[in-house]
Amino acid sequence: MSHPVARRATARAAARRVTLIGWGLLVPALAAYLGFVVWPLALGVQYSFYDWNGVGVATWVGVENYLKVFADQALLGSITNAFILIAFFTIIPVGVGLVLATLIRSLRAGWFSNLSQTVLFLPQIIPLAAAGIAWAWMYAQTGTVNQVFGWLGLGFLARPWLADYGTALPAVGLIGSWVLTGLCTVLLLTGIGKIDTSLYEAIRIDGAGWWREFFTITLPGLRQEIAVLVTLTVIAALSSFDIIYTSTQGGPGRATMVPGLLIYRIGFTQSDVGQASAFGIVLMLLVLAVVLPIQRLSRAADR
Amino acid sequence: MRTSRTELLLGRVLLVVAIVLTVAPLVSMLSAALQPADRNPTGLSWPTDPQWGNFVTAFEVGHVWRLMGSSVLIVLGVVPVSLLFATLAGYALGALRVRGGRGVLIFFVLGLTIPFEALIIPLYYQAQAMGTLNTQWAIIFPLIGLFMPFSVFWMRAHFVNVPPELSEAARVDGANIWQEFRRIQLPLATPALSALAILLFLWTWNQFLLPVVLVANPLDRTVAGALTFFQGQYYSSIPLLNAGALIIITPAIVVFLIFQRQFIRALLQGAVKG
Repeated sequence: MSHPVARRATARAAARRVTLIGWGLLVPALAAYLGFVVWPLALGVQYSFYDWNGVGVATWVGVENYLKVFADQALLGSITNAFILIAFFTIIPVGVGLVLATLIRSLRAGWFSNLSQTVLFLPQIIPLAAAGIAWAWMYAQTGTVNQVFGWLGLGFLARPWLADYGTALPAVGLIGSWVLTGLCTVLLLTGIGKIDTSLYEAIRIDGAGWWREFFTITLPGLRQEIAVLVTLTVIAALSSFDIIYTSTQGGPGRATMVPGLLIYRIGFTQSDVGQASAFGIVLMLLVLAVVLPIQRLSRAADR
Repeated sequence: MRTSRTELLLGRVLLVVAIVLTVAPLVSMLSAALQPADRNPTGLSWPTDPQWGNFVTAFEVGHVWRLMGSSVLIVLGVVPVSLLFATLAGYALGALRVRGGRGVLIFFVLGLTIPFEALIIPLYYQAQAMGTLNTQWAIIFPLIGLFMPFSVFWMRAHFVNVPPELSEAARVDGANIWQEFRRIQLPLATPALSALAILLFLWTWNQFLLPVVLVANPLDRTVAGALTFFQGQYYSSIPLLNAGALIIITPAIVVFLIFQRQFIRALLQGAVKG
């Protein structure tokens, strides 16, 4: 048997070897991340302090680009629109998902529940850009939405929904609801499946109605799933681009302009690289500022 | 669990409504695509003379073969490499638990919430400097990096849950790290890897912002990015635009229908972990 000191020395050598190999395995992933996320981010921060058209000489302007984000009506308006979209990307899908999931939780496994799961997931599979095209046609003057209103005797409501200043933003928002409601429903359904059924039996014996059951058992039981979905959908709302690009291009006027599309416009159409970069950084911080509290809340509630 | 009959019925009815609302836009696309190409279509209606030829026209005018080829190339460039890098890193962080790994993990997690729009301007000038602008590489390289935080997070979550006794047993049997990785860890990681592969495929295939900004020729983009090209081409013909868009979304839907169980599981897990 070897001497204890020698054994400890070999153990230490082995541990050092594992650390070395481990770091070696981390290199490719770190390189990709550093090269194409961290480095561009640093570049973006650098650009944001300059006035640069992408070709000529860049002039240092300090924080001027950042100040403009909070002074310019167009930029501020797009941020407001993004927050309004949260109602359609987050509140509607999670709310409708909760109602649907509670009502169909008793659905036994079978062809119908399989079919509904598959169908509700379809919007997750197709590109958001295609959803924008599909809905642009739904909302058109001669499209399906107006046709259905006609069938219901509500023909007087018919209008080109995406071209109308008053309805364009909600209409675009509802495309997001369409995309996200299925995901929310199915995720909440699996969450409900994990709640102990004896809790439901107990509260029913207690004589509780649907509402009390919902608020005392279902909702607390789904806390984690709800936190996940809110995080996911809020990010989708604040950084929306694809749907807007293919459905309205931000119009009419600036009615549906969102930060993502505006960054693209300012950076590539108006060639104001510094301003676009600053707006990008602000968007990133905005997402963080909204998402971090949600994460913290859900984690605090878990304890 | 007992549920009243009315509740059950109400649930079913609502579910049917949700299904109808989900399918409606797709059916409406099909309805438009089958109407005469030179006229403005009207809502939902089964045309008396369905113009299946619209799909042929859209297929040819849209150079769909070339588009699919470009998309497949981009997927092949992104997905295998991402899986490999993420597996190695996930193994180091989750199973080997290297010293300093916690910091590395936090460093990756910080990247999870960065919206692509925040990086798109510098990514453009980076691609220009690297000479990859307007080639598929301009999409492939950044996507590998952008997917890395999620992929590493995902694979680490798998490896961290593998009982350490398994690898200890292998090492007692004289296996080195590589043998242990290949014979024990990799087979166990297959479900996590295939779910990640599905997610990465879908996110690459449907990626829109990067192709639109970084590749000027729509035919060298992903199919999703090429949708703008369709919009330009068929500006005056809603039937052809819808036919083209339907062609574009069909492959992903077919793959989804074949692997729907795996897709739904992957997407649900992906949501929870993201």
